[in-house]
Amino acid sequence: MSERTVRASERRRESTDASLKQIGNIIYSQIQNREFPWIMMQSRSTDNIVYDPELGQYILGSRTIRRHSRNIRHIRPFTQMVWTAWFARELVHLRKTSTLREVYYSARGQADIEFKGQSESDGIITDLEVALNRPREDFNIFPEERSAIFGDLTIEYTVPGYEGRRMNLTDHPDGVMIGPAVTSSEFVETSADKVLVIEKGAMFTRLVEEKAHDKFNALLIHTAGQSPRSTRNIIHRLNKNHGLPVYIFTDGDPWGIHIAMVIISGSANAAHLRGLATPEGKWIGVWATDILDYKLPTENLTDNDLKRLKELKTDPRYKGDIWQREIDIFLKIGKKAELEAFSRYGLTYIVDEYLPAKLEAV
Amino acid sequence: MTQVVYQSISPSDFFYRNREIAGFSNPSRAIYSAVRELLENSLDACEVQRVPPDIYLRLTELAASETGSNIYMLRIEDNGTGLPSDQIPNCFGKVFYGSKYILKQARGTFGLGGTITILYGQITTHEPVTIVSSIGGDIHEYEMMIDIEHNRPLILGHTVTKNKKAWRGTVVQLQLEGDYSRIKSRLIEYIKQTAMVNPFASITFVDPRGRLFRFERGTEKMPPLPSAVNPHPHGVDVEAFRRFISITKTRNMKTFMIEHFQGVRQTSAEKFLKSADINPKTKPSSLKPEDIVKLVRAARKYSDFKRPDPSCLSPIGEELLETGIRKELKLTEDDFLKVVTRKPSTYLGYPFIVEVAIAYGKSISKQFKGGITIIRFANRIPLLFDESSGVVWKAINRNINWSTYKVFGDTSLVIAVHVCSTKIPYKTVGKEYMADQPEVEREVGNAIRNAARNLRLYISRSIRIAHERRRLDIFGKYLPKIAEFSAKLSDREEQPDIEPLLKAVSASIPEVERKIKEMPTLVGENS
Repeated sequence: MSERTVRASERRRESTDASLKQIGNIIYSQIQNREFPWIMMQSRSTDNIVYDPELGQYILGSRTIRRHSRNIRHIRPFTQMVWTAWFARELVHLRKTSTLREVYYSARGQADIEFKGQSESDGIITDLEVALNRPREDFNIFPEERSAIFGDLTIEYTVPGYEGRRMNLTDHPDGVMIGPAVTSSEFVETSADKVLVIEKGAMFTRLVEEKAHDKFNALLIHTAGQSPRSTRNIIHRLNKNHGLPVYIFTDGDPWGIHIAMVIISGSANAAHLRGLATPEGKWIGVWATDILDYKLPTENLTDNDLKRLKELKTDPRYKGDIWQREIDIFLKIGKKAELEAFSRYGLTYIVDEYLPAKLEAV
Repeated sequence: MTQVVYQSISPSDFFYRNREIAGFSNPSRAIYSAVRELLENSLDACEVQRVPPDIYLRLTELAASETGSNIYMLRIEDNGTGLPSDQIPNCFGKVFYGSKYILKQARGTFGLGGTITILYGQITTHEPVTIVSSIGGDIHEYEMMIDIEHNRPLILGHTVTKNKKAWRGTVVQLQLEGDYSRIKSRLIEYIKQTAMVNPFASITFVDPRGRLFRFERGTEKMPPLPSAVNPHPHGVDVEAFRRFISITKTRNMKTFMIEHFQGVRQTSAEKFLKSADINPKTKPSSLKPEDIVKLVRAARKYSDFKRPDPSCLSPIGEELLETGIRKELKLTEDDFLKVVTRKPSTYLGYPFIVEVAIAYGKSISKQFKGGITIIRFANRIPLLFDESSGVVWKAINRNINWSTYKVFGDTSLVIAVHVCSTKIPYKTVGKEYMADQPEVEREVGNAIRNAARNLRLYISRSIRIAHERRRLDIFGKYLPKIAEFSAKLSDREEQPDIEPLLKAVSASIPEVERKIKEMPTLVGENS
């Protein structure tokens, strides 16, 4: 077992614990000083979220707000935040992980502070991230697992009971669920020279079956729609720390485009966090151009699709030539195509013909 | 060929044939009207005597019938002025005989309240009425009936007894047909409202089932008696004018105007007569009928007479009305009550005064369902029927936007409106609701708005208090949690002290509470 790995994760755990305790200290002494307690944090309101072209992602601006318990509208979320901080510190102490949904349920029975719905508890957790300037994964709160990874990557666990154990991600042919254990693991070694990110489960399974990982010497990652933060973090690490180029393959419609963009440039929701974006990632399809070039079976763009395309066109993240060009073509042809559209040419066409061509091109 | 027979009928005969116009239209209504007429007579008798009324009313069922219409004995005793022995037969046995045919505010003005009741009892049961009365001397007891055809009393017996205890007052006992069960709640409501506007009266009512309802007086104070006044020229009609001409002792029209009318002085008499094109020196008796018509028309148009004299009016007054409403609506210190007595005003030459009371609070919402409950009085008589046809209903429900006063559909509110006048603008002979005379409507509206402005202040302060309490509640709920978890989060055993913070939040509450208590006396101006 590697000493380095354990020490790094242990250091992280200790500093998270200290910063949570620090919040308790601040509030405690504010009350002792006969002051209504408050916490200063960066504002998450939309006018304080700005696009940073340097970083290639959204960041929070300089405006800060005080969440103040003297304010009748703030006192409930304030109390919930103090409770959540306490709950998070318990998780860190006990070396337990939890999910967003569990946090929502754990507050049940806490009269007056229990959450009205999961979106409320999710919001409070995000507030805590902003206040501490740490992702919630640091205090062991993870989203529901739904995305997966497959390919020749050896990881070393840091979770209790598995410290130092290693595993190769080709061991399980369905792919390995990206949960807390994978997310918190260290990446030991890989023979892959690229990462291939796929939006849909069916296509991911097809690529595994067709041994795309061997054929392209790639790690395969399945995002299951809009990718969870832990998955984006893994993509980020593979790209940044291990130098693997990232290729993203989604449906050919505005929603698919945006799945790719969030992996590349991050989301406004996570503007307070770093280490989630992969600016060097490349969206390789399905492009509008592909629809024309490969004569893919299509569906018509709906009004909703058209509206979304127009929004994307003015979004600062979409400034690049490729994006503008593809959006224009989508708008022009009024059509969209799913990944599965390639099945028209046979089940293996996508692995045998399309992907090699696209990877070649970029 | 039919022969047409022409005959005149006596007033008694007229009411015998048209008893529904006096409120005796059906058996249950008859009970209501009988009680009402006798009770009002008794109240008037006490007020003239300036003694706080002690009135005892009893309704006893004598015989039941299957149709629901039973025979009852109605007995009323008062401690009023009493009647001189020689006046008793006429007062109770002759229609249109009484002491109220002068121009001042009184409860009844038909002069037949008592008599029509006796008349109704007689025609439904054919039993005599018993009247016992004393003005301090001997006690006279009459047993009598009414000779309907000739409009005169028919005395069946007269006994005189010594008055050892110096009793003064009147007792009337009669039998009548009616139906109590259907009118019970209205009748009790009527007596209750009567007690409300006569807070100096104690009224006891024993109903046919032997239940006793006691309405205790809340004060001994009585409003001043109204004085009798001459009519105002604006309100006089041709017939009244003609009567004055026929009895006047004045020698010329100028003195005639000054003597027989109020609000007319030397100069206004001259100017008015000039406007009517009548020579001030004309002898009244020499006026031709067309001159009288001309004068009456000119009087309506002439605008420089003094305003009608309100001294003939007897408003209840803010203090007494407040006492009455507080006691009958069982208001507590915490409830809101604002009473407004407006300055006198006039319509068509008749002076009138509007008084309004608005009650609001927990006691009200307990007794009444949501919405505005209207209580109406005219010359201190409760009006219980045809509410939605009257001017008060219109003023409240049509003319006022209640949301301005923070009153909404589910707010329980009681609004009492009293209009007193020498002539209440009743719309029908049943005297159950007032017509929407523009001047009366305006005054009623102004009075209500006046009181409602205070209500708005009260409600907004109540809202503020509730708001402050809720704030305190919220802080009281969350601060302990913050203390608990901040202590746990920072590994401390002891929780921080939140008392100083809670004190800071609640500091403003006593201040607002003090203000709300002061409310009813804050603004009382007429405007």
